[in-house]
Amino acid sequence: MEEFLRIITYIVCISAFVGANLAWLGWVERKGAGRLQRRTALKEVGPFGLLQPLADGLKLMSKQLHVPRDADRPLYMLAPVIAMVPMIMTFVVIPFNEGLVPRDFNMGLLVIFAFAALSVLALLLGGWASRNKYALISASRAVSQNIAYEIPMLLTAITVVMATGTMNLTEIVNQQAGTIIKWNFLRLDNSILMPVSFLIFFVCSVAETNRAPFDLGEAESELIAGFHTEYSGMGFGLFMMAEYGYILIGCCFTTILFLGGWHCPFGFYPGIHWFLIKTYFLIWVIVWIRWTFPRVTVWGLLNLSWMYLIPAALFNLILTGAFLKVF
Amino acid sequence: MSRLAQSQYHETFDINLGPQHPATHGVLRVKLTMDGEYIVKAEPVLGYIHRMHEKMGENRTWAKFLPNPSRMDYLSAMSYNHGHVALVERAAGIEVPERAEYLRVIMVELNRVQSHLLWFGAFLLDLGGFTPLLYAFDDRERILDLLESVTGSRLTYCYFRFGGVYNDLDDEESFKTGTKEFIARLRSRMPMYHNLVTKNIILRKRLEGIGPVSADMCRRYGATGPVLRGSGVQFDIRKNEPYSAYPDFDFDIPVYEEGDSMARYMVRMDEIEQSMRIIEQALDKLPEGPVKAEKVPKMIKPPKNDYYFAVEAARGTFSLRAVSDGTNTPYRLKIRSPTYSNLSLFEEASKGMLLADALAFMGSLDLVIPEIDR
Repeated sequence: MEEFLRIITYIVCISAFVGANLAWLGWVERKGAGRLQRRTALKEVGPFGLLQPLADGLKLMSKQLHVPRDADRPLYMLAPVIAMVPMIMTFVVIPFNEGLVPRDFNMGLLVIFAFAALSVLALLLGGWASRNKYALISASRAVSQNIAYEIPMLLTAITVVMATGTMNLTEIVNQQAGTIIKWNFLRLDNSILMPVSFLIFFVCSVAETNRAPFDLGEAESELIAGFHTEYSGMGFGLFMMAEYGYILIGCCFTTILFLGGWHCPFGFYPGIHWFLIKTYFLIWVIVWIRWTFPRVTVWGLLNLSWMYLIPAALFNLILTGAFLKVF
Repeated sequence: MSRLAQSQYHETFDINLGPQHPATHGVLRVKLTMDGEYIVKAEPVLGYIHRMHEKMGENRTWAKFLPNPSRMDYLSAMSYNHGHVALVERAAGIEVPERAEYLRVIMVELNRVQSHLLWFGAFLLDLGGFTPLLYAFDDRERILDLLESVTGSRLTYCYFRFGGVYNDLDDEESFKTGTKEFIARLRSRMPMYHNLVTKNIILRKRLEGIGPVSADMCRRYGATGPVLRGSGVQFDIRKNEPYSAYPDFDFDIPVYEEGDSMARYMVRMDEIEQSMRIIEQALDKLPEGPVKAEKVPKMIKPPKNDYYFAVEAARGTFSLRAVSDGTNTPYRLKIRSPTYSNLSLFEEASKGMLLADALAFMGSLDLVIPEIDR
């Protein structure tokens, strides 16, 4: 009975946390864009426009979910759902604090990668099923982009696994207990390239979420809206929310693997607040990047991964192995 | 040609870029034959907002055509007005007072800066950078305020009249100080634009070497303006066929040899500075006197002949040719708009390009669709 209650509580809390984030990350982004562009951005609905996400949600839900005539109807309807569900699933293994984790799983890291990899399936299905050439080009771009960036991301994650010797996320965080120099991105005793590793991981998580400057999947000026060109109403809404969801996961995951999870940089009062501070700082960095840089081209994007990130990640992996053997 | 297109097995597909597409900034349609992401053939389809400006010019009196030119290119409307009134002045032999010529030059150059600023923002938007657009609009807004204070309108001006301008400056001092303040402000902001945008590595990768246009290609298609000057040809009507008060001013024609998108970008960025130089000199030297010619006939009836006048608009050479049969309407009015020619080289230049690069290239041509269709 106690176990049952625990599960129910976690489901409710996680859904609430994720839901609130999906809604208000959009607000954060729009306000952030306003800040960077010297304009006010949202201000009409509620104080500081804080109720805007609710108004937007209401609008999206009241819109007709139009299915193009030639679209593959079942797949077309399925794609936004596939975008959302695995995203929420990954939160099962994310430790927010000591003991504050729905399922402390030994393979936590693997679970996140497995579910996050499903996101590309949603983009591909959405692009394919809507039977639109722009959507199809976008879907094929998204697939090649995701493959290219999953590899360096995994390679850097493996260096962390090698250094910590575990795939349990709570254990990985606990090994970084202490001040900032104990955190993985500054653990030069594991490999002197650990900061580079952190950068690679962060760049890859930005690219994985199809965010600017890597937003080739939905390059507005080229492909209109990319894979969700044909989606209206909540179909589009789910894709949008899934994008924010993956940003949230990417930032949580980076915090856990490299930034010491819930530990304080100065070594006192560790707790969930530090976890959230770091995560939201990373999210702000991603927003900042988006509104600062122009978009790269397909070749620029793939070259960055295959020619720089993957060799660097591989080299770092070997170096970590050597360091662990020697010291 | 792309490597893909050369291989034995390939399948092309057609895609319609427009008439409604975020990148074409208007109702331009380009029929693309694509091989994957490579363009095999790009065929611009024009005429979606054809408004028969030439025909309108032919069945109304010369003066009634005054508001039309600014509706063709709404971003450098002043130059278009200037071309039209200068043509009629040449045809009817009307002398323009010097102060009016100076005012015209100031307005046209302010309008040119405004046009280039808007292009700068919209071009970066094409490349996926949203933020510069709002910074450019911030600056542009101040020019529009200045122009509004003089002409009364913000976009489609009708300030010039045959033999002068519609009205003198209401408050010369405040206009002069306002314009000088604006120039000082924009000058201080240009280094910021160059630091944040021009030096951006992603931007350079996307522009350098992309969309090369040779001088020969420009000659064959009749491309003018920054497109031509970005291909290493020093041609500017303001210098080559001086008109109005331009010979009085000291300014340079920026020329870049590379012919790629970056060269066109740099030409426009440099032209902003040159235009500001012209405005400053014109403000300092602004002569006193009337702003309208003494005797302008109510009904203009130019003698039977062919007349031609060309001006340098923000996008290139804008010229008009009028055939007068001695009546109060032109027998034929031919309008040459610069982007029509500039766009025509798109088909040849975009062969084998990636879709993303082709759109960046199209952006660097600075298209204004109503002006292509007229």
